[in-house]
Amino acid sequence: MSPELHSVQVEIGKTAIRILTADPEFREILLARFGSFVNPAAQTSLQLSVRLLAPGTPTEGDVHVSMNGGGQWSIVRGDFRCLWQPAIGEGSVEQTANPYSIDTVLRIVHTLILAREGGFLLHSSSAVRNGRAFLFSGLSGAGKTTLVRLAPPDVPILTDEISYVRRASPGYTAFGTPFFGEFGRPGENTSAPLAALYFLAKGPDNRIDPVPPAEAARLLMRNILFFAEDKRLVQLVFQSACDFLQAVPAYRLTFFPDARVWELIR
Amino acid sequence: MTDKFIARSTEIAARLLGGEMIIMSAADSRLITLNEQATCIWQAADGVTPLRGIVDRAVCDVFDVEPEVAYRDAETFVSELAAQGVLRVSDSPILPAE
Repeated sequence: MSPELHSVQVEIGKTAIRILTADPEFREILLARFGSFVNPAAQTSLQLSVRLLAPGTPTEGDVHVSMNGGGQWSIVRGDFRCLWQPAIGEGSVEQTANPYSIDTVLRIVHTLILAREGGFLLHSSSAVRNGRAFLFSGLSGAGKTTLVRLAPPDVPILTDEISYVRRASPGYTAFGTPFFGEFGRPGENTSAPLAALYFLAKGPDNRIDPVPPAEAARLLMRNILFFAEDKRLVQLVFQSACDFLQAVPAYRLTFFPDARVWELIR
Repeated sequence: MTDKFIARSTEIAARLLGGEMIIMSAADSRLITLNEQATCIWQAADGVTPLRGIVDRAVCDVFDVEPEVAYRDAETFVSELAAQGVLRVSDSPILPAE
């Protein structure tokens, strides 16, 4: 007899993925981890079945994502193994009962889904001001978390770590994500049309400078989350980045870390 | 003198942004940016037009440059891109199926 399966639907960027587990305690872990991004009413055919392994101390290490001969994505890290079948939108995960492994699996599955839809996940914080979204991109230490911590209280923070960018009509939309860094809490589950992309730099004062398109493409590609060693998908992501830069203005935002920087972001 | 034939690799993605050609190698995600003259050669790299013909038409007819200087620069540029795997170079025409 099959065990009863518990379901948690996590919806990010209008894409819901049903996570199935036989373990009621793991279901509680998922509910706590994904909070406002849990949407039991979302219509979805995407599904991940999680099989829990005995507790241990697996090392994380690097993640390896590759397409195997059967048209399945293999996503492997020291602490989990996942097979994702894009043709049917279903996958399986083996991991211990922790929220971090499934968090990484979700990030990667979303990058694979978004790549075919002209979107991407970006190393950036993001926030909404006056109904428009702004991305603040940079590698670790660039000031992503600092910038959103300085935001006025009426500014919804979409994330301090990983932004979700989806092609819209017209332009692009940024969505909140449950993926967070030093901010310590998930973003707000909301979205807004994208107004600008800022590449962050710290400096003695606050200023905004245009970034030439080729340099913007280079910086953007450096910060897009992409794990797959698949040439076709890499080409798709590059074209998506170029499409994005033709629709959304990119600037360098040099800022001194105090609240006055937000006077420039409107 | 043997002429060269050049063709764009199929293992790349390329896009003209703000007047600059950006090429990405799909093998290792490396990005290469071309200047205006190099972009003209890149766009004309059809595998069947000899490099000298490409330089004459796409560079010398457009930019104020001596043909021999332009051809020498083009050879250097072609060697560099071939070494990076984004351009194919042959002593004979390169057919699409090759």
